[in-house]
Formats: sequence, C-alpha cells, structure tokens
Amino acid sequence: MPQEHYLNATYGIRSWLLTTDHKRIAWLYLMGVTFFFSVGGIFATMIRIHLLTPEGYLVTPETYNKLFTMHGVAMIFFFLIPSIPAVLGNFLLPLMIGAKDVAFPKLNLLSWYIYITGGCFVLYSFSTGGLDTGWTFYTPLSSVYSNSAVTPAVIGIFINGFSSILTGMNFVVTIHTMRAPGMTWFRLPLFAWAQYATSIIFILGTPVIAITLLMAGLERIFHLGFFNPALGGDPILFQHLFWFYSHPAVYIMILPAMGVVSEIIPTFARKPIFGYSFIAGSSIAIAVIGFFVWAHHMFLTGESTYAALAFSLLSYLVAIPSAVKVFNWTATLYKGSISYDTPMLYALGFIGLFLIGGLTGLFLACLGLDIHIHDTYFVVAHFHYIMVGGAIMGYLGGLHFWWPKITGKLYPEFLARVAAVTLFIGFNLTFGPQFILGFLGMPRRYHNYPPEFQVLNVLSTAGASILALGYLLPMVYFTWSVRYGKAAGPNPWPATGLEWTTASPPPTENFDVTPVVDWEPYDYKNRPDLGLATPISPSLAPSHGDD
Amino acid sequence: MQVQLPFYPEQASNFAPRVDSLMTFLIVVSVFFSAGITAAIVYFFFKYHRKSKAEIGAPLHGDLRLEMTWIVIPSLLALAMFGWGAAVYVDYRHAPKDTMDIYVIGKQWMWKIQQPNGRREINELHVPTGRDIKLILASEDVIHDFFVPAFRVKMDVVPGHYNTMWFRPTKPGRYHFFCSQYCGTSHAMMGGWVTVMDPSGYAAWLSGSSGENVDPVVAGEKLFVEKACATCHLANGTGRAPSLNGVYEGTVRLADGSSVTADDAYIRESILNPPAKIVAGYQPVMPSFQGQLTEEQILSLTAYIKSLQSQPVPASGAGVSAPGKK
Repeated sequence: MPQEHYLNATYGIRSWLLTTDHKRIAWLYLMGVTFFFSVGGIFATMIRIHLLTPEGYLVTPETYNKLFTMHGVAMIFFFLIPSIPAVLGNFLLPLMIGAKDVAFPKLNLLSWYIYITGGCFVLYSFSTGGLDTGWTFYTPLSSVYSNSAVTPAVIGIFINGFSSILTGMNFVVTIHTMRAPGMTWFRLPLFAWAQYATSIIFILGTPVIAITLLMAGLERIFHLGFFNPALGGDPILFQHLFWFYSHPAVYIMILPAMGVVSEIIPTFARKPIFGYSFIAGSSIAIAVIGFFVWAHHMFLTGESTYAALAFSLLSYLVAIPSAVKVFNWTATLYKGSISYDTPMLYALGFIGLFLIGGLTGLFLACLGLDIHIHDTYFVVAHFHYIMVGGAIMGYLGGLHFWWPKITGKLYPEFLARVAAVTLFIGFNLTFGPQFILGFLGMPRRYHNYPPEFQVLNVLSTAGASILALGYLLPMVYFTWSVRYGKAAGPNPWPATGLEWTTASPPPTENFDVTPVVDWEPYDYKNRPDLGLATPISPSLAPSHGDD
Repeated sequence: MQVQLPFYPEQASNFAPRVDSLMTFLIVVSVFFSAGITAAIVYFFFKYHRKSKAEIGAPLHGDLRLEMTWIVIPSLLALAMFGWGAAVYVDYRHAPKDTMDIYVIGKQWMWKIQQPNGRREINELHVPTGRDIKLILASEDVIHDFFVPAFRVKMDVVPGHYNTMWFRPTKPGRYHFFCSQYCGTSHAMMGGWVTVMDPSGYAAWLSGSSGENVDPVVAGEKLFVEKACATCHLANGTGRAPSLNGVYEGTVRLADGSSVTADDAYIRESILNPPAKIVAGYQPVMPSFQGQLTEEQILSLTAYIKSLQSQPVPASGAGVSAPGKK
C-alpha cells in the first residue's frame, strides 16, 4: 500500500465532515445509504414475518401499513436512488476520466448534507407516528385522510431531491469539461455513459416530484384543493405528476447498475465489450424514452383509452434498449477468458435476474394483462426483481470490483462467492413465488390474505431469511477487510480503466501526473502494461503484488 | 376456451380465457428468451473458463447485423404483445350497449352495492351468467379498486368521478373480490364475494328481498321534490331550468355553442358543479349541491332522471311528471 493516500492524508472528524474530496464524500454517502438500507431491511423482515400467517399476528394493521410505506420510502429515496451514483459515481467518475475531482467539489459536499437533512426529516416522521400512505402518496388518502406523519416525510423527500439535482449537475459538467487529454466521448468507460444518462434524469425529473409533494403537503396543511375532489381537485392529477418523476426514477435506479455490469464483464472476460456504441446509446435512449411512459401506472384509473394505447406502446419501446444491452453482455462472454471472481458472479446474477424483471415488465405493459395483474403481487415481484435482483446486485458487484481501489485491500474471495450465491438463491425463493401469488389474485399492501395463499407466502418468507444472510455477510467481511484484508496493489484484476493506473488507495489528487489517453476502452490486446498475454514466456508474467 | 391450467385462477367470465391466452403467450416468449440467454451464459461461462493466468479473450468489438437482428426480432414480438393486449383492453373499456347496470359504492372500508331493482348488498355481489353486466363505480372518500380475480377484471374507484367496468359471467360459483388500491387501515379487509347464479336462480334471488328495498327511481323522485329541483326544472320547460324529460343520453346544446351527451357523468356534474356547463338559452342560476348529497342520493336522482327518458315535454302543465317505467 502507498504511504500516503486519500484516507490518511488528513485526520480528524472535521477533515471528513468538511472534506471536498470526492473520494471521502463517497464514503460519507456509503455510511448514509448503508444506514437507510438497514432501516428498510428491518422493515422488510418484519413484513415477511408478519405474512407467514393469513391473519398476521406480528403487528397491527396500522403498523403493517406503516411498515410497507416506510420500507418503500427508505429504500427508494434514501438507498437505491443515491447508492451507485453517490457512492461509486462520486468515487470513480473523476478517476475514470483522469480528473482531480468533480467540477464543483463544495457543491458535492453540500449534496451530502442535503441528503442527510432530508433523511433526518424522514426519520423524524418514522419515529413520531410513522407514515402509512404507501411510498406513492396517492391522494386524497395522503393529503386529506391519513393520520400519520405525512408532512415531515414529504418535506424530507422534497429536500433530498436537491441532493440528486446537484449531483446530477455536477456529473454532467464534470464529464463535459474535465476529461483528460485523449479521453474522447467514445473512449469514456460505459460506467461514465451510464452516470451521464442518469444525471439527465436527475436534473429533469426530480423537480417534478419536489413540486408534487410540495403541493400534496400544502393541500394537507392549508386544506387546498389541488387533488381533493371535495374541493374541486383531481386525485388523478396527483398520479400524473407523481409518476412523471417516479417512472424515470426507476431508470435512475437501474442505469448505473447496468453501467457497473458493463465494466465488470469485459474485465473478467478480458476482452472488449461487444457493441460499445450500442450500449452507450441505449443508456441515453432509456433515459429519454423513460420520460414518456409514466401513465402505464394508471391504465385502470379511467384514463382515456387512447392515452393507454400510447403509453403501452411506448413502454414496449423503452424495453428494446435494455434487451440490446443483455444481448451485448452475453455476446461479450463469447470467446472470452472468463474467471469466476465475485464481481463476475454478481454481474451474471444481475443479467439473469434483470432478464426476469424486465420480461415481466412486458406483462405489465400489456394492457389486456394489466387489467388482471395491476396492483397485485405480480407487480411487487416485478419491481423487486429489477431493483433488488438488478440494482442491488449491480451495486454489490461494483463494491466488490472497486473495493481494492477504494480501500487498498482485498475482500476474502471464497466467502464473497458464498455470499453471492446465497443472495441469488435467497432472492429467487423470496420473489419468485410472488409472481404466482399475484396472478392468482393476491393484491398488494395486504396485511391479511385468504388462507389459500399461505404456502406461497411461507416460501417467500423462507427465501427472505436466506436473502438476509446474503446481505449480512458482505457487511461483515467488508468491514473485516479494511483492517485485515490482503493489500491489493494498483490493479489486482487487472482492468483497463484509468482508475486502475493510480495507486490503491489513490492519493488525494488522484493522479501524480495528468494522464494522456491514447487507447480504446477494454482494449486488452493493446495494453502491454497490464502484463497479460503478450509475454512469450510465463516467467515474464508479472505477479499481483504490492506497488 | 375454458381450460384450467395450474397456477391459473378459475375462469368465470368472458374475459378470463382471453386474458389467460395472452398470459400463456407472454410466458412462452419469456421462457424462450430467458432460457435461451441463460443457457448461452452458462455455456460460455464454462466453455471459455480462463485456462492460464495471463490469458486474454478474443478482441471482438461488435457486429452490426447481429445488433439489427436482435433489435428487429424483439421489436416485432413486442408489437405483437402490444397489439393483442390492446385488443382485449379496448373491448374492456367499451361496454356493450345493452348492459345490466349495477351501482357499486366504495368507502373506507366496505362496499355498498345496489342491484337494478334497488336490492342492496354489503360486500356481496350477485350476478347472473350470460348477461353483460356493467358496474358503475363511485367512491365516497379515497381511491379504491374493485377486483375479481376469477373474472380477470378490475377498475379503480376514484372519488370525484364515475368509472365503469363490464364483464359477462360464464360460470356459476362463489368468487373473491378484493379492494385493490391501497386505501388505509383496513384495505386488506375490504373484500367480499361475488356469487354467480344461472339466470333463473338470479331472478329468484333478486325478487326475494328482505323488504328493505327502495326503488331508486322512487327515492330519486322524492329527492327531486325535497331538494326543490322541481321548482326550476318544470316538465314543460317554461321554468328557469330546462325540462329533464327525454334528456338522458340525448344531446344537449350548451351556451358556448358546443354539444354534450347527457350521460351519468354529465348529470352528476350538473348537480355538483352547475356553472361548468350551461344549457343554451338558460341563465347560470342553479346552485351547487356539493356537500349536500351523498353518492347514493346522486345515483337515485340519476335513476329518476333516467326514468324520464321516454317522457315527452308536455305542451302545458307545470307540475312534476309521473315517474316513468325503467
């Protein structure tokens, strides 16, 4: 390990809480998102235990309704949306493009403080009465009828939105203006393309949810009539405004994970990604088309049939770029030199689970099927396959892939593979049965259910216990590795990105000398500095030791 | 085609076999692609396992024809899925002309249902096989949803306007219905049973009332007088307001020159928000009844006005016309 790096360059709590180093800010976010993941995870555990029996004896109906609401709010707004962009994006983007930091380092720190402030308001809501409106806050239930702590929660989410907007703006400017010499747009790593597409959604979409929740909150406090029909308002207006952001929000949650997979697969197959420009372009296509599908959440509100037809067709259109990615990732494996390291296991697990999640989205986009499966457990299974099977696997894969760069240490490989497989099995057992439950007719957000649905619910809860183990293992061994892990060296895999040409962990200013890029991404054939395949004799192959 | 597949609910309506066939089509396509891709990944994973420490993979960058193939073929399949689903949905959203209309009111946390002859049910719905049934859905508070898995149909119940849904029951039996839009504390308890009977059984059930039925037309006529509608809406049209004879489902000319069809939604809006649409030739003087009538009362008034559909406007006489036949 290098003598001095970004983690030990300065000491003390103030050097962390007042840092403008993007790498330290990434750690601050890591602490925050891990905390909210744990909070959301505890709620999920309680939900699944409660659903072991049809009558549900663990909690009261009121509490159950709060549990699923707070699970959704914590996981979506305070874990999934920030996770990859604010942790991995913040850490890696400047390193990947050869820059010293992001374009606006102080704004970057402000983003984190805004995130924490929003989080505090939401935690206040959770602990003083809780929230029972569903994370979707449909009116007039949320704005008129609910007796829970809605106002502090919407204030918290409103504030948190600005964290996203500032981060998105920071990333866009960074990518446009701070690329190292020779780093052209089409030499950018695909993770950068994914962050760019995500940032567009951050900037354009988030203001809409902010205004929407503000209106719902004002209606609640001042008895206004935006969405309350008794005062001339329209509850469906809320849904249009809400979903205009919240649909693109799901692409915020998945695009960065796809970017991670696009980095891992070429690295562990040791060949270029198949179809680079198609993968880069598909990220932009998903971000753009994703703004035009929101009312597929509203097919059964009584919206016009013409609108429903348009939104269904567009929803099928947005699926095509995702399919393109899956085909290209698979093709990248062809004639590769594939290793079974943990990041690769996560990336392949992502593809399998995202495939199911994405295909089941086609079921929901199908108007004739949605009549039956809307608002059932089919929907719950679909979005968990994408957000947990997809986004979280991508996040964990990325954490494992870049952990050596972030900490200078290796995580324990065998235990990590066990955890990855445990997660995959536990996940499928938890959410697979829910597709069947939904098609059989079990609605969502039910604290009780008819007895004939019990077997599938018990299977799902059994799976959840395995899933929980899968999540606990990395929390333990990552923490262990920071102190006791083997030293990683600058490029243990080895991978081709710029971030791997500097020390592990990097110095505060990232690079001793500004790099000049004259190679294509993932170009294993023309990178003799990686010490692969070009030596004629095995004795000339370098070892992966300390730097 | 009424074939019972495993993990498929019972089929008890005209839509069930259509939805199930569509489901089977999507399952087959999905299994094909996911099995295919999974097989390819597993095969490549083992076949191209790294054999030596410094080995690298083949420098393949892409193939335009392959990209086009796997864009075009999925697009065509997606269009097929869209088209088939759209056909079912368009049928579902356009009820046939001659339906039997049942009124369904959802409120936290129960359902009140009113059969055509006025017989009421709480958390129960009786329907006959072989008839096209249209449910007119109203909410008294938050958004609910009426879902019958065995029929494969649902529709949101939204406060502030009516939604309708239709189906034709095909198999006698007792089937769950559920509230399917989260509506607060007892959302999960807000369900009940749909009982499908053959037509004679239904007729027998319908007439064997517990004595508590009030014909909604009679109730509506009473309200029409009580709330003083009759003082302006004279039958011969000479009052301050248009005659309501023959209005229902007819075309109304508005003051701004446009025309509307006087359906249930128009009548409801005219009662709750009269200035929204002023009839040509009349002054905007009708007061709003927002907050003064329950959803049930509005439905009764609508039923009464519907009963005046075939009444001609009398040449003379200003009194309230006799209740017409349904």
